[in-house]
Amino acid sequence: MDAKSDTASDVRFPGKGLSEIPYDLYTDEALYKQELKRIYRGPVWNYLCLACEIPEPGDYRTTFVGETPVIVTRDRNGDIHAMENRCAHRGALVCLKKRGNEKLLTCVYHSWTYKLDGSLHGVAFERGVGGQGGLAPGFDKSAHGLRRLRITVFCGLIFGTYSEATPDFETYVGPEIASHMRSILGKPLRYLGRNVQVLPNNWKIYNENLRDSYHASLLHTFFNTFKLNRLSQDGGIVIGAGGGNHISYGKSKTGYDHPDYQADGIHSLKDMQLQDPTLLDTVDESGEGMTTRILSVFPSLGLQCHYNSIAIRQVLPKGVSETELVWSHVGYADDDPAMQARRLKQSNLVGPAGYISMEDGCIGGFVQKAIQGVTGEVGIVPMGGEGVESSKARATEVSIRGFWQAYRAAMDM
Amino acid sequence: MTAPISDDQTLYFRIERLYARYIRAIDDDRLEAWPDFFADTCLYKIISAENHDQGLPLGIIHADSRAMLHDRVSSIRRANIFEDHRYKHFVSGIEVHGLEAGVATVVANYQAIRIDIRGNAVLFSVGRYQDRIAIDRDPPVFLEKLVIFDNERVDTLLAIPL
Repeated sequence: MDAKSDTASDVRFPGKGLSEIPYDLYTDEALYKQELKRIYRGPVWNYLCLACEIPEPGDYRTTFVGETPVIVTRDRNGDIHAMENRCAHRGALVCLKKRGNEKLLTCVYHSWTYKLDGSLHGVAFERGVGGQGGLAPGFDKSAHGLRRLRITVFCGLIFGTYSEATPDFETYVGPEIASHMRSILGKPLRYLGRNVQVLPNNWKIYNENLRDSYHASLLHTFFNTFKLNRLSQDGGIVIGAGGGNHISYGKSKTGYDHPDYQADGIHSLKDMQLQDPTLLDTVDESGEGMTTRILSVFPSLGLQCHYNSIAIRQVLPKGVSETELVWSHVGYADDDPAMQARRLKQSNLVGPAGYISMEDGCIGGFVQKAIQGVTGEVGIVPMGGEGVESSKARATEVSIRGFWQAYRAAMDM
Repeated sequence: MTAPISDDQTLYFRIERLYARYIRAIDDDRLEAWPDFFADTCLYKIISAENHDQGLPLGIIHADSRAMLHDRVSSIRRANIFEDHRYKHFVSGIEVHGLEAGVATVVANYQAIRIDIRGNAVLFSVGRYQDRIAIDRDPPVFLEKLVIFDNERVDTLLAIPL
């Protein structure tokens, strides 16, 4: 089959550069269908869930790859599997609940059962009833399991891919991103719960936002006001393999009185102080004074460590103009009660009501609304030049260009 | 759920009045008055039923002092950016499940309709309040207020408290 035969979309980038982003990319239905196929079912590692969400044999949890429902299981040997949540018989959902514990997975429609690795176990009335009906003698049950995904587990995060061409995870993200992930998640994790936020915008707008180090202190004024994060702080950006993976980090104790903030009249409120400063009672777990770290893995993962709040953000497309953001918060398995309380208190910073994240819930919608009915026009990401390379500066859009580099490669655009 | 233990009409009247004043303060955009419905040391938490029922502690707002509630209001008023909107709250099915040493344990259903600047009214949040109320104070105040919401998917953002 011609690789381009699914190309119904006529959206094109204006040139080879990464600084001009057509608005049609966020509104075109045909392109969206193509993305689900070429990106989510292509050579990428899709974040699925945390290993500590399914700790016991028989545990399962449902999630999505793109819009496709997926089951993640742990079998009796403790091995993890991922498979499509769609019966091989008539295509019904097999797992109806978000999570559970089962010996076998049973489709309610005709009671076909599957082992926890997705292989077909039993077919109701396989030999028919009273010697009549049933499966034909040549029916090969081993060829009718649930469609499996390749998985990998890195730092307690489970990823899945449809492609045999996806390289091993560390090669996929690059050594520096892998190293930062180990620094944040390199200990046994404890799952604290999740929050789900519905964003009224295309999934790529959130992926750009996640990589947009430039906006943080401009849109999220809580940062400025309490001197939590400014672009003049020590910090930097590392671009990982392929451009689509990145980390941006900052150290809060440095640089917050930089004169450029005064000169540009950036919105902040000098007289505002926390009445309860215990919100920011922080332990430096990085050992390097890092207070803000945002990391992304193309196309569906964000990982954040703000002070002592650690969360995984799963980006799920739900149609061309809706995105679901699943925030899974973790601590370490050996956290004492005081540390867990600290993480929960600092969870006020992020999530659907987060002091420094709630704006991200609406800003993508402001873009999505503004570009309706517009064709052939582009947004620009000129900050920090035109390239895709690691940077000490954070007043840059380098990571967004990195996203588009990975996107164009995956889409062959 | 345990059965309600009290049918004391005065008690119910006082609790109902507390809820009425509480939701009116929020719905009328008198957020500065909102922390006054709580004791100095208090717990205010908005948490999904999904997390709560699994015994997981993560909420979307988690405040363990009245000062933190004041901070939340300051941030909403002066730092956070979002489109103007307001709620209309509806509270029903109030039941007193316990009364001990001047503290009532109360459960009630709530829903909050969100009205946006384009004129849409949508059901934004539905769930239950699970509260501990210092009923021996006049007016009564919340020692603990859990807002346990059933609709796990939070649309866009939550700025104004529930």
